[in-house]
Amino acid sequence: MTASPAQLAGTAAGAPVVRVEQVSQTYRSGAGDARAVTAIEQVSFEVGRNEFVSLLGPSGCGKSTLLNIIGGLIRPSAGRVTVAGKPVSGPLPQDIAFIFQESTLFPWYTVTENFHVALKFQRVPRGEWDARTRHALDSVGMAAFAAHYPGQLSVGMRQRINLARGICLGTEILLMDEPFAALDEQTRMVLGEDLSVLLAKTGKAIIFVTHSLAEAVFLSDRIIVFSGRPGRVKRVITVDEPHPRSPDFMVQPRFNELRNEVYGLLRDEIRQTLMDPGGAS
Amino acid sequence: MIGPSKLAGRLIQIGAVVAALAIWYLATRHQVTKSLFFPPLAQVWQELVRLAQAPDSYSAIQVTLLTIAKAYGIAVLLGIFTAYLVTRSRWATQVFEPLLSNMFAVPLTLFLPVFILFFGIGANSKVAYGAAYGFFPVALSTIAGFSAVDSHYIKAARSMGANGWEMFRHVLLPAAMPIVFSGLRVALVICFTSVLGGETISSIAGVGRKIALSAELLETARMYAWILFVVVLMASMNGLLSRLEAHRQEAAR
Repeated sequence: MTASPAQLAGTAAGAPVVRVEQVSQTYRSGAGDARAVTAIEQVSFEVGRNEFVSLLGPSGCGKSTLLNIIGGLIRPSAGRVTVAGKPVSGPLPQDIAFIFQESTLFPWYTVTENFHVALKFQRVPRGEWDARTRHALDSVGMAAFAAHYPGQLSVGMRQRINLARGICLGTEILLMDEPFAALDEQTRMVLGEDLSVLLAKTGKAIIFVTHSLAEAVFLSDRIIVFSGRPGRVKRVITVDEPHPRSPDFMVQPRFNELRNEVYGLLRDEIRQTLMDPGGAS
Repeated sequence: MIGPSKLAGRLIQIGAVVAALAIWYLATRHQVTKSLFFPPLAQVWQELVRLAQAPDSYSAIQVTLLTIAKAYGIAVLLGIFTAYLVTRSRWATQVFEPLLSNMFAVPLTLFLPVFILFFGIGANSKVAYGAAYGFFPVALSTIAGFSAVDSHYIKAARSMGANGWEMFRHVLLPAAMPIVFSGLRVALVICFTSVLGGETISSIAGVGRKIALSAELLETARMYAWILFVVVLMASMNGLLSRLEAHRQEAAR
């Protein structure tokens, strides 16, 4: 690993909205503990407006940590993140929306109430709540379930609504932490297509953490491949295919070439992670 | 809908109450026990009817209910607030949770004279005593409830810009509610018991005072009439709370 990560990452197409500059994260189990674990090391990249960037890497390479740092939920040990030129020092609900791994719809509220409370947290005037909720639910075809509690819906429906809630917040940046991890393969693909269509309209900057090669290739403009712990940028792969993408893209030879290229990059890293007891967690 | 097993359960519950009353009736009828210690059921019933006609009874009930309500209100508010403060850091939780749970194990009844010293012989000492006793189960269950809230919900709310109060009102409290509710329920029983106990031991008004007075005057039938009233009151309060909880669960399923 001789080339500098900044060089490898390249720059975003158009003006960057998110800039990750030399970010490192180190965890210590206690004060003065010598056994510090470095989760990510010297990571730099940029994400432009209207760009979909996937973070791909072996388990424990700090992808989710990095996402939390970008979103201002965790402070990095070193380096910094800027959003629209301003350094991030805490959550930025006006600029950044998160969509998490597990559905984070609050089970004690109905679907509509979930949207309302999210808009309330984000300081959206009360008068807009209803219209925005309805529009968001319509966009994912879930309007009929507005009065349901999340517990009454399937996992796929919940995550679809979760997605709509994130998009409905109207932020320029969307951070997605394995949003489809809990879903089966088929539902995953369908939701992926939906997402591609939805996002093509909104023009957001998206950073997407995933384990799925196919998902990364299908959705991304760029894939940032990470090494195992400590996570560093290993390679950036560009997927030059306009959005929205149709399932036809997946049967093209280019799709498989890209997928194999990414897999080739990851395979050695994963093998190493398996051998390293420190990477177990 | 009441299913067959639920129906059988109900019948057993009702049967137990009926059996207790039947034993009472039979034991007193055949003079197995001294009527001074254990008056005939009919006599207790007559006393109950007489008490229901005396305006004095209602003022005693009013004093007791108001005392319980105040004690419970203070216990709930203070308990939840304390739990909120304690659970703001993991360190504080580790320090204060064992402290509170050990304090709860101390029989506060021992300190009743201290409460009377500080707050007087009137209702205020019983309010303070009941509130202090009821505070612990509320605080402990709320701490447990808040600590068990899935961090994903907190993270999501934080990323959406929730402030401290909104986090509490829309995330922590509803998420912790099933566990908090069990504490609220225990606290109600404890407030009820400690207020009545406190009144019985030392007071100038209230149902507990009536019971103590009847006992001192050897008016056992009247004493049992009051006790019967307390039992029914407690059962209906508990029933009300169960209904409330069932309703809440139904809504938040």
